[in-house]
Amino acid sequence: MEDNRVKPINPVRAAANLAELETGMTAVVKQVKGKGPVAKRLMEMGIVPGVKVRVVKSAPFGDPIELRVRGFSLALRISEARKVEIMEKAV
Amino acid sequence: MLEKVLPADGDRRIVVALAGNPNAGKTTLFNVITGLRQKVANYPGVTVERKEGHWKFAGDEVETLVIDLPGLYSLDATSTDEVIARDVIQGGMPGLPKPDIVVVVADASNLERNLYLVTQLSEFRVPVVVALTMLDIAAKQDLVINSAKLAELLGIPVVPVNVKQKIGLKELRKAVLKSAFAVGAGNDRIPATLKDESIHLSLSGDAGANAVIFERYRFISDVYQQVVQAGAHSEHPTFSEKIDRVLTHKFFGLLILVSVLLVVFQAIFSWATLPMDLLDVGFGSFGSYVGSSLPPGILTDLLVDGVIAGVGAVLIFLPQILLLFLFISILEDSGYMARAAFLLDKLMSRFGLHGKAFLPLMSSFACAIPGIMATRTIENKRDRLATILIAPFMSCSARLPVYALMIAAFFSGQSIFGFISLGAVLMLAMYSLGIAVAVLAAFVFKKTILKSPPPPFVMELPPYRLPNLRTVLQNMLSRSWLFIKRAGTIILLISMLLWGLMYFPRAASISHASPESQSAFQLEQSFAGSLGKTLEPVIEPLGFDWKIGVAIVASFAAREVLVSTLSIIYNVGDEGNEESPSLINAIRNSKRADGSKVWTPLTALSLMVFFVLAMQCMSTLAIVRRETNSWSWVIFMFGYMTVLAYCASFLTYQGGKILGFT
Repeated sequence: MEDNRVKPINPVRAAANLAELETGMTAVVKQVKGKGPVAKRLMEMGIVPGVKVRVVKSAPFGDPIELRVRGFSLALRISEARKVEIMEKAV
Repeated sequence: MLEKVLPADGDRRIVVALAGNPNAGKTTLFNVITGLRQKVANYPGVTVERKEGHWKFAGDEVETLVIDLPGLYSLDATSTDEVIARDVIQGGMPGLPKPDIVVVVADASNLERNLYLVTQLSEFRVPVVVALTMLDIAAKQDLVINSAKLAELLGIPVVPVNVKQKIGLKELRKAVLKSAFAVGAGNDRIPATLKDESIHLSLSGDAGANAVIFERYRFISDVYQQVVQAGAHSEHPTFSEKIDRVLTHKFFGLLILVSVLLVVFQAIFSWATLPMDLLDVGFGSFGSYVGSSLPPGILTDLLVDGVIAGVGAVLIFLPQILLLFLFISILEDSGYMARAAFLLDKLMSRFGLHGKAFLPLMSSFACAIPGIMATRTIENKRDRLATILIAPFMSCSARLPVYALMIAAFFSGQSIFGFISLGAVLMLAMYSLGIAVAVLAAFVFKKTILKSPPPPFVMELPPYRLPNLRTVLQNMLSRSWLFIKRAGTIILLISMLLWGLMYFPRAASISHASPESQSAFQLEQSFAGSLGKTLEPVIEPLGFDWKIGVAIVASFAAREVLVSTLSIIYNVGDEGNEESPSLINAIRNSKRADGSKVWTPLTALSLMVFFVLAMQCMSTLAIVRRETNSWSWVIFMFGYMTVLAYCASFLTYQGGKILGFT
């Protein structure tokens, strides 16, 4: 347990975020980190704790990515996807 | 039934605000209920379109003003659109009455997110009616929606409508009138469930604000589960997802995007040529007709050479503008525009621009005016400004005649390595120079005066839809009309000013002089001529003499005017065009006082470089004034572009001379 505290990356992967989710996978949102208009807009678009999100694809240069959430498609940049923490992979 | 709720002799005029998510079908509904009785303007100080119309309905006599709010996801006032919508609903918008009722258009095929705005609106102290659209699309996705149950749970009327087939419009009208007048009688229709939530609004801090958002979605999820029956096929990929497998494919997606842009580009250049030529001839013969049917004099000259010729020089670009807006409307309405931004965002963000900046910049190759107007789709003010400031570097179609004349006069028939035409290479070089400088300028602006974090890119990719012909045409026409109206007044003024500069003071008429040499003499004697001569020492290092100076001054009306002004100065009559042999010869043989030639290939190159970079267009400045609502940006734009053009031209000419070119 001592080791875990020293290591920069938490092995439990509690900090996993949408940017790390592979294409085609679905995850449940834990929370949107940070504040400001972008975080707020994400939440207003329905990315709130408990909602299921699927990563549909990424754009030609790897960024932005397309999500499927609450029955619609949402595009956002990798930098913004990092703000969305997820609970687990593969639902 | 209806008569009961209508006051017998009271106020029979109501104001309806129309709200809804983007792509929910709000504009289509607005167009159908108001028909052609629309008024399009802008909200004061911003470029958010303000649309109003009258909803006439056979069967009742209630005067109904409909205010079409901008498309919204939320009312939390984080964007300009949201601030405006909020102000309008709360009655805080100058010149607009407080709405008696809000009709919120909700997309049934995307109900959860659409209900967010509905929920939020219900928290305001204004009656709300939901117009539920896209039920047919929801059905295709195997979703069955119980609208009666929805109305019951929300506590507000829900009317299913199908705008295309005009189903439900009568019911919507009834519900609107009923709710509007019922409140007048003191009925509070805001349900208790939502009213409780509004308490959260008083909470301060992010945690409080977030809690409200979560609470709304909790309420919505609860409603959604009771109202929507999802069939077995509802989890299948939608029609749009299938299309997107190709259209946003890593390779084919880009290929298709490039093809689409090429078609748009090609159309603007080639399809617009015929109507543009017709307009050109039309304005020309209209001018001659007016000139010959009025008694000669200053007023006639002002009318013919100032007003008609000046406004005509700008209006001949109208076909290009109409075509471009037609394509933009189709691309927007079909849902493809969002995909283009999605595909190109990475590329554009390297230069600090938004993915949505691509189309305005692309359009600017035809004409910077529609390009600058098309930047409206970029929400962030700084990103929008950066795009506006660099748009005129894209070589527009008015520069083509200038390039063509210079190439025809000095570089025609020459080739590199024996098979590549030098003219084609130069033409490509001019376009590339503009693009390179634009990219560089955008980068610098975003690092300095327009410094801001990279623009957020949280954007819905709406479902693909067949564009609605009526919406597309109405969009195209209203935007084009806005261009004529807004740019028109300033262009008219500057046209008259430029005419005055070339007309006054009057030169004495030379006896036995041909009309051509008389007009050349007049131009030399005029204020514009003096201006050219005053400018001569300044522009001499660029290789230009006073005659070129006059032409540069005159081309401020529109860049291609350079060609006709040179024709006047060189005595070949004002009918000279960029292919006219007499003009080309006159340019080649024009000599300075010391007998040396004015024009060398290097002069031509210097002039071309100058035209790539200089802000030589009053109409563009007029539109920038309108779009940014500030003269300081206009002055800044004119200043930095002119300085850049001067320096680049200077380097070209002086550098070329040092390298031994002539």
